[in-house]
Formats: sequence, C-alpha cells, structure tokens
Amino acid sequence: MTMLYETQRAMRNMRKAALQRGVVAVLDVGSSKIACLVLRIDQSGVHYQGDSAGSLAGQVGFRVIGAATTRSRGVNFGEIDAMPEAERAIRTAVQAAQKMANIRVDHVIACFSGAEPRSYGLAGQVEVEGQAVTEQDIARVLAACDVPDYGAGREVLHAQPVNFALDHRSGLSDPRGQIGHTLSTDLHMLTVDATAIQNLAYCLKRCDLELAGVASSSYVTGISSLVEDEQELGAAVIDMGGTTTGISIFMKKHMIYADTVRMGGDHVTSDISMALQIPASHAERIKTFYGGVVATGRDDLERIELKCETGDWNHDRREVSVAELIGIMRPRVEEILEEVRYRLDAAGFDHLPSQQIVLTGGASQIPGLDGLASRILGQRVRLGRPLRVHGLPQAATGPGFASSVGMCLFAARPQDEWWDFEVPVDRYPTKSLRRAVRWFKDNW
Amino acid sequence: MQPLIATRPSRGTPTKSARPEPAKTPEQSAQEKRANLISRAVANVQANMNTGKGGAKPQPDGERVKADPAPSRAAYRMQRVMLTPAYRLTIRVIFPFLIALVVATVYLSDEERRDNLLLTFNDVRNQIETRPEFMVKLMAVDGASDETEADIREVAQIDFPISTFDLDLDALRETIQGLPAVGHASARIRQQGVLEIDVVERDPALLWRSRDGIRVLDKTGIEIAELDTRAARPDLPVVAGFGANDRTEEALRLIRIASPFADRLRGLERIGNRRWDVVLHPDMRIMLPDEQPELALERAIALHEAQDVLNRDVAALDLRLAARPTIRMNAPALERWRQIKDVYLGAGN
Repeated sequence: MTMLYETQRAMRNMRKAALQRGVVAVLDVGSSKIACLVLRIDQSGVHYQGDSAGSLAGQVGFRVIGAATTRSRGVNFGEIDAMPEAERAIRTAVQAAQKMANIRVDHVIACFSGAEPRSYGLAGQVEVEGQAVTEQDIARVLAACDVPDYGAGREVLHAQPVNFALDHRSGLSDPRGQIGHTLSTDLHMLTVDATAIQNLAYCLKRCDLELAGVASSSYVTGISSLVEDEQELGAAVIDMGGTTTGISIFMKKHMIYADTVRMGGDHVTSDISMALQIPASHAERIKTFYGGVVATGRDDLERIELKCETGDWNHDRREVSVAELIGIMRPRVEEILEEVRYRLDAAGFDHLPSQQIVLTGGASQIPGLDGLASRILGQRVRLGRPLRVHGLPQAATGPGFASSVGMCLFAARPQDEWWDFEVPVDRYPTKSLRRAVRWFKDNW
Repeated sequence: MQPLIATRPSRGTPTKSARPEPAKTPEQSAQEKRANLISRAVANVQANMNTGKGGAKPQPDGERVKADPAPSRAAYRMQRVMLTPAYRLTIRVIFPFLIALVVATVYLSDEERRDNLLLTFNDVRNQIETRPEFMVKLMAVDGASDETEADIREVAQIDFPISTFDLDLDALRETIQGLPAVGHASARIRQQGVLEIDVVERDPALLWRSRDGIRVLDKTGIEIAELDTRAARPDLPVVAGFGANDRTEEALRLIRIASPFADRLRGLERIGNRRWDVVLHPDMRIMLPDEQPELALERAIALHEAQDVLNRDVAALDLRLAARPTIRMNAPALERWRQIKDVYLGAGN
C-alpha cells in the first residue's frame, strides 16, 4: 500500500508540474485505436463553486490544441501485449498530436481499459479528536479503512472517498469543521493488474514521456458521457470498445463500481470474418457500412458483395444479404450485453434508485443497439456522446472518443483520491517537522 | 480459422437469437456460460493470431491497408527536440548566425583579401555610377539675368560631366538660394543629362543709403546688390537711416501715398529707428509720428491740397503730435512774417 501511495503521490506532483507548465497530453490506449490529445491548461479565472458545474459544464480552463488518432498495434484487451508495437503506435499518436499543437509535450496522463479491474467498497470509522472535524481526522478515518487483501501483483488505481458520515448524518461531501463524535467514511477502491500499469509506464518511458497520472477507462468515460444529473442520481456507463466493454456505475458524482467485459466490437468483426470467410479488414468495413442488430424486410433485399482474393472465382464472387449480416452480428452483441447485465446484477445495480444506463464507445454506434440494449439491460437506456470541450476537432466528437474527452476532464479537474488527503501524523517519518509541530500543538 | 467456426452453437442460427429470448432455465444459462467461455477462448486465440507478428495482418490490397506509419525513434526524438523552443531558436537562428560570423571573420582576417574585396566593391560601384545613363553633362539656368547666372555658375562649382550619384541637388539648391539676388531656386536633372535650375530673382524695390554706400533692397528688405551711385537706378525710391531696411513695406506704402508729389520726393528717412521723415525737394520734411504714419501723411496731403502748405517757404511740417500739427518756417520766411506783422501793427497804431 505504501509503495502505491508514494507512486500515486509522485504522479500527482507530476500532474501539478504539468498543469503549471500549461501543457499536458492525454493518451487513451485502446485496443482498436490509440488517441492522443494535447491540452493547454489555463487554470486562471476558473473558480469552481460548490455543486453547480458552471459554464460549459465546468470545463473551462483547458483547450485541446492537438489531437491525433492511430490504429492500435500491440494492444489487446486494453493491455499492452507487444511492447515495441505499442510503443510505435503511441509514438505515432503523440508525434502527430505534438505536430498539430506545435509544442513539445513531456507529461502524459494515460488511461486503459483492461487489466481486470476489481472494485472494493471500504469503510472506516474513527472518533473525532477535537470538537470539530479537522483535516487530520479525515486523514485518520481514511487510514482506518480496512483494506481487503486484494492479492499480490495488483495495484490500486483509484481510491476515492465517496461518502462521509458524522454520527447519524450521512451523505456529507465535506465534513471539515463540522461538530460531531464519530466520523466514518465509505471508500471505493479499484485495483488492477500491476503488470499492466508497469508495462504502460515502461512503454511511455521509452517514448521519453513522463507518466503524470493513470486512470481507468471506464471511470473517465463516465465523467465525460454522463450528464450531471445522471452522475448525481446514479447511472451506469457501458463503454463498448474494440476488445473490451467497460462498465462503471456512478452515484453522487462518484464512481462506486467499475468492471470490464473482455468482449467488444472486434469480436463482432471476427465473427463476421469467420462466418463469411472474408478478411478481417473487409469484415470491419461491411460491419460499419451495413451492420445492425435489428433486421427488417428491406434488409433481405439488399445484397452485399464480399471481396476475397483467394483466386477461387466462386469463393471470391459471393454475396450476402444485410439480414444475414445482422444475423451474424446480433448474437455476439447480445452476448456482450448479457455479460454486462450479469456484471451489473453482480454489482447490485438493481438496488440503485436510478436505473439509467448510457451506452457509449465506438461499438455503440451499431444501428438499433439502443433497442436491443433496452430489452436486455432495462428500459432506461440511452446512447451517450462525450461532452463538448474547447478546441476538440469534429472528428473526435463521436462516442468512440468518450474516454479521451473524459481524460481531458480528469486531467484538468480530478476528483480527490485517497492520496490527495493529508497523511495521518503517526505515519509521518519520526524526524518530520510537522510531527514536532503537532506534538507542540497537542501539549500546549 | 475454419475449425473454430463450429464451436459456437448460436452462430449457425442467427435468426433464432434475434428474437427476444424467454426466461432462462438454470441448464440453459449454464450452457450459455459454457458457450461464453468457449467464445472467449476463441476470441483470445484469434486476437493473438491477429496481433501476432508486428501487427501486420495479411490482407488484400483492395482494402488499402497502409504501411505502418510509425515514426522511427530517431525521427520522434528529433521532432521533440525541434519542438522545444530553446533548441528551435538555437538551431534556426543562433547556429546559422554563428557559422556565418565565423566564416566571415576567418575570410576577412587576411589583409589582402579585405583590400581585394574593398577594391572590387568600389570598382563595381564606380562602374555603375559612371554609366552614361547616370551622367550629367551640362547645366541650364532659367529665369536669371546674366549677372545672376554667372554668379550661379560660380557658386555651383560643378565640373561636367558628373554622375548623378555625386550630385547633391539639395545642397546645390541651398547654395543657389543663398545668393542675394535669388529669391527661389529649384534644381532637377532632366533627361539626356541636363541639370536644370529654375531661378526666380528678387525684384529690386528700394535703395537704401547708409554710411557704407547705397544698397538695393527688395520689398522685404533683403539686400540684393550694392550700387556705386544713386544715378545707376534713378527709378527706385531712396530710404535712409538706421533700421530703414527692416521697415521696407511701410516705406513702400508711404511712398505710394506720397505719389501726388512724386516729382518732389527725394526719399524717406528713418529717424532713430522709430519714425519716418518724408524728405521733399527744396529741403523740406514732413515729420511723421511713429504710429499710423500713413494716416498722418494722408493728412499732410489733404492740408497741402487745402492750403498749399508745401509750396510755401516752410522747413518742416511736423505731424508728430496728431492734435497739434506744427509748421517750422525757414528763417527768411520768419523774417518776412515778422515784417508783415510789424507793418500791420504799425499801420494799426
């Protein structure tokens, strides 16, 4: 825990340095594309006031000055599995974005979807030392959370206090200065495979970039594609990517659950490729042009030419109807959605007051998906697109860029995580000056 | 790939699963889970196959899969270096400047090379300047009398032919305008190498007699020339006295007013650099006040017309006090006047 604490704090400091320099890049390492946005941060004049988001949903203060996307190589299921290839892909994206921004970027905030995220709900309780709750009390209550044994070889990616309770009052977002006896907190912790983060960090290091933060793709997608009410009242985001489908549940503006289904749009493509015996690139093409999940009578009439280059004339000159294509795609999409339903049930999404579900991500653009999803997931399903941010190119405003946009928001205004709070005094090193000051305060 | 196709039960019958499925029995869901596992395994295997070696998938040309556009490590680093402001400034500005400086310094450190360079430069410059298009061969002076033209040619001091680059027209114009007889001058170079100088001469308006001699003034009081005798310019009126050249306009006005007895007018005299005396022929003066002398002179003329004052034996008509015009009589006239008075008195007694 301490190790991670230190790394996360180091990354936070790096992020601060990047914000001070004014330029930071966000990198979405997906399994079908790698997107890099360069942000110019200008925090002056940004005053966040309480609950209201302010103009432009609170995302003034930064501007996208460079954007680039490249076909992903060496990334599979949201994890890096071929290091040199992934490095080249990241280099391509970063170089193009830098060229567009005409500025050199040193700090990168990255997100990835894989590495088997697991959510934990933690609770902690302490007695308040003085009359009113101080920063130190919050530090102590966070330290008092009983951390489960999440296994060796895993790292904590996010740890956010989602709720504070003081005596009988719960749902406090900021208990500082309030008077009470017992302070308790609920913490959401997300752990991922340590090797995935290490691989990513190593990859970025080989690109001469410094990692200024890591985020889960499900989390940042939720930030960008849920509107404020949904974040407040509770909603689930389904981010249907290339080979992974991320799930995150938001409540009271905090993520309370995240998970990943290791299936996505590429599996639909490979189904088409296998069933029709055509190359994957052509399968991808006919999927995006003719794909769907609900067949109508007209789809029987429309024929798609299949292109192969095997040399067998009969094999190369085949045709299928759109209905057949839909017949191939639908079971896989259903399978993905059912798996999502299963995960949501396991997380207890049924018990949330609001059952809103938002579909986003590149694979959510299949026509008719919302109808199919509402049958499987529940009635309140909508298709989500990311928020609009300053300077984002038109090409990067689709649902496939939800996590990239979310990363921008995450970079400009992150939510407080565990490591952003004070360290409890008894955990300071013995020679710390603050410890001495504390001792004086306590004794005089 | 082919043997994997059959592993998924739902694949062969896509239309079936397009329908909304009824509630699942436990066996069914168990079967489905198994199917999920299998499909996941299939996907795993397949994905590994897809991203196997270098990510380059064997694909037909028709789908226009581009070659991997990734920049090399060196190119990437180079671009990053070039995007760093300090490096960019160094490479684009400071390096070229330093290199040029060093090259120039090394080349010019040799005395002989430096002289050669200078010589070549001067040679080329001279060649260009002495081209026939730039040469001026003669000077034409317009609007000047012969004497003035001679003066102009003397002060200009130009040895023709001369290059236009060596000719400073402004200085030439200043010099010519510095001549007393020249009021305004303009100099320009006409085609075929003619230096044209247009001159407007000053008009002589007055003669100014002083102790040093007689000078010709124009109407603004500027000296144009000197004369030896008054007789050289009998047409011009004469003024005299210290400071008379500063009030030439007033003098000219007074002379114009005095035109009824122009034949008797000898000139004006400035008294004490303050006021004017009009001097008339048989040794007579009209003394004018220092303020509004024109009015006083007009009054004198009116007096003369009414009482024929100026034809009498009077030494001076004093109009300095406007309220009391006074006549100074000559001695014989005074004598005569007294005799007449005595006669009258005697007669009366």
